[in-house]
Amino acid sequence: MSVSEAAVGETSPQNRLSEQSRSRLMNIAIPLGTAVALLLTWQLGVRLFNVPKYIAPAPTDILAVFRDEFPLLMRNFWPTFIESLAGFFIGNMAAILIAIAFVHSRLVERAFFPIAVFINTIPILAIAPILVLIFGPGMTAKVVIAALICFFPTLVNMVRGLQSVSPQALELARILSASKSEVFWKIRLPSSLPFLFSALKIAATTCVIGAIVGEWIGANVGLGALIIESTFNFRSPLLYATVFVSSGLSVFLFVSVTIAEKLIIRW
Amino acid sequence: MDGSHTQKLGSRSIAASLNGACVKFGDFTALADISLDIEPGDFWTILGPSGCGKSTMLRLVSDLVPPASGTVEIFGKTTEAARLAREFAFVFQDATLLPWRSALKNVELPLEIGRKRGITIPVGDRTPRELLELVGLKGREDALPHELSGGMRQRVAIARALVCQPKLLLMDEPFGALDEMTRDHLNLQLLDIWKETGTTILFVTHSISESVFLGQKVLMLESNPGRVKEVVDIDLPLPRKIALRDTPQFNTYCARLRELLEEC
Repeated sequence: MSVSEAAVGETSPQNRLSEQSRSRLMNIAIPLGTAVALLLTWQLGVRLFNVPKYIAPAPTDILAVFRDEFPLLMRNFWPTFIESLAGFFIGNMAAILIAIAFVHSRLVERAFFPIAVFINTIPILAIAPILVLIFGPGMTAKVVIAALICFFPTLVNMVRGLQSVSPQALELARILSASKSEVFWKIRLPSSLPFLFSALKIAATTCVIGAIVGEWIGANVGLGALIIESTFNFRSPLLYATVFVSSGLSVFLFVSVTIAEKLIIRW
Repeated sequence: MDGSHTQKLGSRSIAASLNGACVKFGDFTALADISLDIEPGDFWTILGPSGCGKSTMLRLVSDLVPPASGTVEIFGKTTEAARLAREFAFVFQDATLLPWRSALKNVELPLEIGRKRGITIPVGDRTPRELLELVGLKGREDALPHELSGGMRQRVAIARALVCQPKLLLMDEPFGALDEMTRDHLNLQLLDIWKETGTTILFVTHSISESVFLGQKVLMLESNPGRVKEVVDIDLPLPRKIALRDTPQFNTYCARLRELLEEC
């Protein structure tokens, strides 16, 4: 017993180092292993029970689509990517500017906040056809839908962020006789950034949903259009592959925002 | 009193002059009929029971709250004119550093504010770097506030307050949240800074021994409404060392102030 205790208690620096790297390795290995196990179960289950391909394709079927239909997937990826990105920028930009207006004028906030809440309560699926009617079948409607879905979380977070300045920081600004714009640029805006980035992380994934929903309503190209098309034609492996590309796009945008946050917010 | 402080400023006017000043928050009278003259170069500490208006008094002098009646003048100017000319600086209980700015950038903040609007900002003899050295933070210029200890953050705040070379330094329990050893250290450092800069200091504290150790005069306030109870001259030699606290004279002052506090 005493021997085993000694072995446990012993933590030379070298041991600790290898222990650290081992735990880091485990952090990656556990989820990765789980994912691989699930994929294997899926593959075996589908093959074992002879599930028809159009109901549930096996992972290898989906991989085959990536190999054979890669140009088709890419042709439909780029429009969705551009719509999502444009919607992300326009929606968040609008939310940031309106949040600034809200913080500077109680009157503007009182006039427009209820309207913003009302627009947010309309399900995106209900408002999307209206926007397609207004803007036509081109990219514009999709960009507007993606922008709209980003808008509200960013507005709410940005308003909170701009108001998060401590009263003492404002007193300091007053003692230094700072102007309103100096208070904004030097104190309010930087303090709002952590709040802004949590909203941008939400927006990074929702803008893709917005673009795809827009494409469902009426589009010839885009991941949304491809989802509809492959569903109606029972091309399930292609449908699954498209879904993976869509979530890949969300992950890419989310990771980009996270990296930007790490670089900008160092406090 | 050490006469050299007065001479260094070259001004014969009164650093802060309150004349029957009252502060009201609605129906509540926070300060009633305060009349005081603070000589340039003096170190005043303000003591009193909680809620007696110690902080309000600093806020009154620093133009953060207006007097309901009476007048407040700083070096013969209105508080607003003195604020615009950066004649005074304020150190809060919480360091109030901007967390995204390095220590050096925080000290430089007062120099940036108003520069684009063409306002002439008084620049002290010491650069922000030298001020950080003065408060003992040489080598930590690029540290962000969250990388510094509470005492270090407060020292950055003091360096920031000194950057425009204020003639009057207002300090609202600046060391109240610090542990005793850090506090002792900063008390000594503050006395050195006071001696070197020759500035006038108004220092709010809730510690009797701190008020005696730092102050040449202790202003005792009483509450409901906040008003002057007594001004006690502290006739202890300068420069002061920690060992002063063990002397009978020091303890006599402390005992006297404790008595006054109990009467409030």
